[in-house]
Amino acid sequence: MNTQGVIAIYRQEMARFFRTIMESLISPVISTSLYFVVFGAAIGNRIDTVEGVSYGAFIVPGLIMLTVMTQSVSNASFGIYFPKFVGAIYEILSAPVSYFEIVLGYVGAAATKSFIIALVILATAYAFVDLPIAHPLAMVLFLVLTCVSFSLMGFIIGIWAGDFQQLQLIPLLILTPLIFLGGSFYSISMLPDIWQTIALFNPVVYLISGFRWAFFGAADVPVGVSLLAIAGFTALCMGVVWWIFRTGWRIRQ
Amino acid sequence: MPPIVSVRNLTKTYASGFQALKGVSLDIAQGEIIALLGPNGAGKTTLISTICGIVQPTSGTVTVGGHDVVRDYRAARALVGLVPQEISLESFERVINTVRFSRGLFGKPRDDAYLEKILSDLSLLDKKDSKIMTLSGGMKRRVLIAKALSHQPRVLFLDEPTAGVDVELRKDMWAVVASLKAAGVTIILTTHYIEEAEAIADRVGVINKGEILLVQDKAELMAQMGRKELHIQLGAPVAAIPAVLAPYALALGKGGESLIYTYDTKAERTGITALLSDLREAGLTMTDLATRQSSLEDIFVGLVKERA
Ligand SMILES: Nc1ncnc2c1ncn2[C@@H]1O[C@H](COP(=O)(O)OP(=O)(O)OP(=O)(O)O)[C@@H](O)[C@H]1O
Ligand SMILES: [Mg+2]
Repeated sequence: MNTQGVIAIYRQEMARFFRTIMESLISPVISTSLYFVVFGAAIGNRIDTVEGVSYGAFIVPGLIMLTVMTQSVSNASFGIYFPKFVGAIYEILSAPVSYFEIVLGYVGAAATKSFIIALVILATAYAFVDLPIAHPLAMVLFLVLTCVSFSLMGFIIGIWAGDFQQLQLIPLLILTPLIFLGGSFYSISMLPDIWQTIALFNPVVYLISGFRWAFFGAADVPVGVSLLAIAGFTALCMGVVWWIFRTGWRIRQ
Repeated sequence: MPPIVSVRNLTKTYASGFQALKGVSLDIAQGEIIALLGPNGAGKTTLISTICGIVQPTSGTVTVGGHDVVRDYRAARALVGLVPQEISLESFERVINTVRFSRGLFGKPRDDAYLEKILSDLSLLDKKDSKIMTLSGGMKRRVLIAKALSHQPRVLFLDEPTAGVDVELRKDMWAVVASLKAAGVTIILTTHYIEEAEAIADRVGVINKGEILLVQDKAELMAQMGRKELHIQLGAPVAAIPAVLAPYALALGKGGESLIYTYDTKAERTGITALLSDLREAGLTMTDLATRQSSLEDIFVGLVKERA
């Protein structure tokens, strides 16, 4: 195992994060605060409580998930796409690092960034609302799994993308709708029956539901199912990454 | 001693279907400097990239230090440093950080003293904390060299290291190469500058259209294939070459003031003695004589044309 190599990649990626600390941290904080103002204050006045939780508190897990998912994908996809774009990838490919180590470095760093962002948002949320955390360990577990699996997904997108447009394409066309329709700002039990059924085909619903359960002890779908869903998604992404590296797809000519 | 790099029947067909390497075999001895010459698109970069692990071979084998570059890639790549042809750097990074990154990537523990020594050898020490985007093209190229040297490779590939580099700097780089060679590092460089190969290489390989045309000791190559020209400066210009001198196939210099005789250095008789006495016979006077050895460039152009 080339530990030094993994650390080198990890540090380089984290340095990118801290170099752009403004965009990296401040912007999620600002957008989260805006969501609070818009949803918490404006809508929250009309929706008193959801499943016994004040609406302001209710949206926090969804907000965190929303940010973690988009940030993981964008950080991880950019992290591997950029060296590909400027050609600096030659060094990774010619170094004595295994595929596993490359993924560990890049995805590890992207997941760390998302995790930090999640904590910052959580801290910001406490400035606005009282927030109980019923199952702290489960909360961390869901968070970590989401950070890792969506960073893996971002890594795949970054390798697949042939230009900057494609890099934005999947997040824009697939991810954002899934996340917004995944119950970030509402409980799917608030939807008409037919939409509830449709929503169950959206994998993001399971993640947000499970994460929300960790906070409030109540969920749209059984927490075991949520856990299975996130574990399955992580495994799927790992499988795709493994296949990419085994075949050299879009990396080694 | 077994070769440090051994390439056997290597072929590479890109996904486009283009065959860039057509069965290349090449052994590189430990500690030598070998220059690969070849026109654009000859396959030099493809060959180097395959040895370094960036391009997957279609068939054939490559070993570095006895380690197969595919099966035993970790051991093979740990020995190799690569300076790519294109300047491929992340522009927001600082020089010292990118060099540290390279060293770590190759599994070496941090050693800033050593890295600063490299930067200093490459006259980059004062740029250590500069962002790469603020450097000139020549400096960026030196950063690439520093990165490749950061992990103390035993084999160094330089893919056109002096393209776009001024004469002064080129000399500096040659000095760095010479000191690496003294330290026992094997160096493979590709170049379009024949004088570069002539100046620093021990052996020269000529590659064209994915095939190695020849690999030979530089001095041997020049001696074997070298032609010399004898320039005879005349006392008084002539309008045409006198008929008695026809057997020598002379060329008339500018303004008829000189005669040029081309001869083969490896021939048993160069014909110079006979020529000189025939010149006197023809009533011509000489004021000066000079010889010129044909360069690798002439040889190279001849080879590529001949086999095209
Ligand atoms: N990724 C690729 N896909 C398809 N063809 C390629 C690819 N890379 C290189 N080639 C082709 O392979 C041939 C050899 O290219 P290569 O870069 O090895 O040449 P070279 O000798 O390094 O040339 P130069 O002196 O211009 O650097 C060229 O015809 C090139 O077009
Ligand atoms: Mg090239």
